[in-house]
Amino acid sequence: MAESDHRVMIGLEVHVQLNRLNTKLFCGCRAEYQGLPPNTNVCPVCLGLPGSLPVLNKLAVNHAIMVAKALNCTISRSFNFVRKNYFYPDMTKNFQISQYEKAGGVPVAHSGWLGFANDSLERRIRIRRIQIEEDPGRLEHPEGIGSSKYVLVDYNRAGVGLLEIVTEPDLASPDEARVFIQKLRSVLEHLGVCDTSREGAIRADANVSVDGGNRVEVKNISSYKEIVKAIEFEVLRQTKIIEAGGSVSRETRHWVEAKGMTISSRQKEEEQDYRYFPEPDIPVVSLDEDALQRIFDSMPELPDARAKRFVEQYGLKSYDANVLVLDKGLADYFEETVRLYTNPKTVANWIQSEILRQLNEKKIEINQLAVTPGYLAEMLHMIETGEISGKIGKRVLVEVANTGLPPRVVVERLGLTRIADVEFIRRVAEEVFRENPDAVEDAKRDQEAVNYLIGQVMKKTRGRADPEVANKVVRQLLNGG
Amino acid sequence: MEAVFKMGASRIASAVNAGELSAKEVVTAYLERIAELNGKLNAYLHVNSTGARRAASSVDDLVVRGEKLNLAGVPVAVKDVISVRGLPITCGSRVLRGYVAPYDATVVNRLKRAGAIVLGTTNTDEFAMGSSTENSAYGASRNPWAEDRVPGGSSGGSAVAVSGGMATAALGTDTGGSVRLPACFTGLFGLKPSYGALSRYGLVSYANSLEQVGVFARSVDDLALVYSAMLGADPKDGTTTNFSWSIRDALSRGVEGLRLGVVVEMSGEGIHEAVSSALSTTCKELERNGVSVGEASIKHMGYSLEAYYLIAMSEASSNLARFDGVRYGEHPAFEGDWNEEYSRVRSLFGLEVKRRIILGAFALSAGYQEMYYGRASRFRTLLIHEFREAFKQFDVLIAPTSPTPPFRFGEKTQDPLTMYLSDVDTVPVNLAGLPALNVPVGTFTTDGTTLPLGVQLIAPYGRDDLLFTVASQLERSGLSSARVVEPWGRIV
Repeated sequence: MAESDHRVMIGLEVHVQLNRLNTKLFCGCRAEYQGLPPNTNVCPVCLGLPGSLPVLNKLAVNHAIMVAKALNCTISRSFNFVRKNYFYPDMTKNFQISQYEKAGGVPVAHSGWLGFANDSLERRIRIRRIQIEEDPGRLEHPEGIGSSKYVLVDYNRAGVGLLEIVTEPDLASPDEARVFIQKLRSVLEHLGVCDTSREGAIRADANVSVDGGNRVEVKNISSYKEIVKAIEFEVLRQTKIIEAGGSVSRETRHWVEAKGMTISSRQKEEEQDYRYFPEPDIPVVSLDEDALQRIFDSMPELPDARAKRFVEQYGLKSYDANVLVLDKGLADYFEETVRLYTNPKTVANWIQSEILRQLNEKKIEINQLAVTPGYLAEMLHMIETGEISGKIGKRVLVEVANTGLPPRVVVERLGLTRIADVEFIRRVAEEVFRENPDAVEDAKRDQEAVNYLIGQVMKKTRGRADPEVANKVVRQLLNGG
Repeated sequence: MEAVFKMGASRIASAVNAGELSAKEVVTAYLERIAELNGKLNAYLHVNSTGARRAASSVDDLVVRGEKLNLAGVPVAVKDVISVRGLPITCGSRVLRGYVAPYDATVVNRLKRAGAIVLGTTNTDEFAMGSSTENSAYGASRNPWAEDRVPGGSSGGSAVAVSGGMATAALGTDTGGSVRLPACFTGLFGLKPSYGALSRYGLVSYANSLEQVGVFARSVDDLALVYSAMLGADPKDGTTTNFSWSIRDALSRGVEGLRLGVVVEMSGEGIHEAVSSALSTTCKELERNGVSVGEASIKHMGYSLEAYYLIAMSEASSNLARFDGVRYGEHPAFEGDWNEEYSRVRSLFGLEVKRRIILGAFALSAGYQEMYYGRASRFRTLLIHEFREAFKQFDVLIAPTSPTPPFRFGEKTQDPLTMYLSDVDTVPVNLAGLPALNVPVGTFTTDGTTLPLGVQLIAPYGRDDLLFTVASQLERSGLSSARVVEPWGRIV
């Protein structure tokens, strides 16, 4: 793409739903709201009914602290909540309980970084702050935004805990943003604080600026998959304007997923005054060192440590280990397979080639793939014992992925077992010799012609002939045997 | 037997528990009394006739089964800003007309569990914003002591209900004096507990960091009984705390050796002489009982009113944002875009509420937040410190509850600042989160009208028990007594 020589600066505000909690941030309603009839996952608190009060979910604080620690942040020993006041129908109280670093507010954590390798470059993206806040409800425009005569509101989501992770504008390309999001997702999945594959689990606003232009805020990016697309579009749009000698104005744009483009917010965005002030209903949260240490001690292994372990324990190359841990599902898949088939390098190779290809083609996550670790291990065993060839293995894997049948069944159904029957292979080879007299002649002097003949035998058996047997038979026939 | 409406809570509870009186009889007597007087006094906005009768028979059933309930059959009134499941809750506002509370406030729930019976919801200044109930969208309550005098506010309806013998005790809320002032104006005991002593869950927030549910009663004993039933941290309100004292013990403790400080900043200039004399009478009485009396100074108290209104209005501007008609409450036809729609719904607020929302929004707005809300918050820290210093020398402070006896209807409605000044003696306590109690101290007669007087006792944070010890002594020595008063001024 036409990034040309223009320096790109991208900062992200990533909203992460704390959807591994049982309950919402300030009440006992379920944090999992998907698939429920509208306005059934609600109570006086998350509906903001008169007289109701928020009570902070302590586990949400623990989750936030784990994320803060994983992102190398300074964790506030004492922090509070603030009210962000604005009118909008998805807000039950017309203010959002959030955190802030001004107006008497202290967020849970600030000043951290997340590191990753990109094009063999060690990158550290600085984290400005992390804050805990509540998700608003969802608006539904029955006839599309702008054309509906009315709007429906579903408050099932209202009050679900969110972490807002704000980065410095350190991301230098859409590709870096992609790796950053992958790494962040992996950290969140490893910590068990977010099922990032759930709808709406990760949303973002992006600040994008290209040298020679102004900062543009892109809002409304509603899934991690869209983040890179939105940034790519925006970088391209701004670069084109600058290269054509135009100027990029400072504005807020919206990512319209259906159209795959950003659109300027029609109304001129006024500077919103949120009238922040400390939330009086939630006492200041104070953490002592012991409590913090207990949270740290309870933290599971993180991607970087896991990659290191993969290198040490399984002898993987650092690059391969890093690819695996970038997706917790993939890393789990790897380890589960290795438990059943103890050649880690082979497993890693298969995952990085054939398994990833399946995921890309099918546009699915590893846990949606029909090839379970058990199936992969079974198939690798079949290759190892010579029941099938590696080449057949690739075919088998595709079939397993498409049908969900066990590899053994696939092999039997398609008749893919290896043929080691010397007599059968000899008959095939004789047929090949009859059909290729020139090659037979050349083969007496030319090794390449020998290989050609062996290849023909393999082809006629659709790859099922045992290559060693085929080799032996062809040479025997050439030697007059 | 004494008329039921004059009986105290302890008396009713023991009679009902003993089977000498049924809760049903109590409720019937009170409903008759309300039917007779509420038209004149406008204490109740909603009378819970059916619900109260039903609650009474279930209390009677429990008693028959041998249960002893601390508040068996005790009829209480609840200010119309506190949720009672199934009863309308309007907050004295048109905005919430037609809204029925879908759940019980924690305090209401605890009273009900102790056997109390909710007779109805009582009048208030709209969203508790006012000092006279004149800001209610449903008309002002009348003071049974004098036809032309306000009952005080904002919990005026509850005060009038108890004063007029239409409830044994009542819940109010005290954000800046809204229990103590009407208690003072109607001659009752009125408690504002330490911040966090009572749950606010179910209380419609006006200014969260300042307000507490409070209690009106005609005796210290009744006050203690009702208050005790509601005490204890509530998992639904993160700002609640448990305290270790027992009110029972506090009542029987003597006052000898206690050190009482008269707050000089509240008892000098601008105080009506009848109020001053009530204050000194109280001090003398306590001195007679072995209390040492001195002068306490809260040096910067003079900024309290400004700080209080900045904080209260700021919080209010945010709290009241939810009343947009989308989810509940009065709703005119949907027309135009969201902004127009919201404006139409929110124009239902009364003048005083609008004023406070606008001023509060201004005090929080970018560029002014630090100057107004920020400064007021810092002042608050200073005030807490000064009170703490004063309590190193004194166990309890004493001051007027109101600089003047009850004022006349319409006297202060034209000038909001004059009305705000009625709270000058009560707001410092809310800013500092302290417990305070209005005790009735005699009367004052002018132009043939007799009006009640009161003073407030203020204790250190978390020492509500001290208030009960001192008030109990004043009651025992005969200086403080609260009586049922019928319109206009007939003490019965």
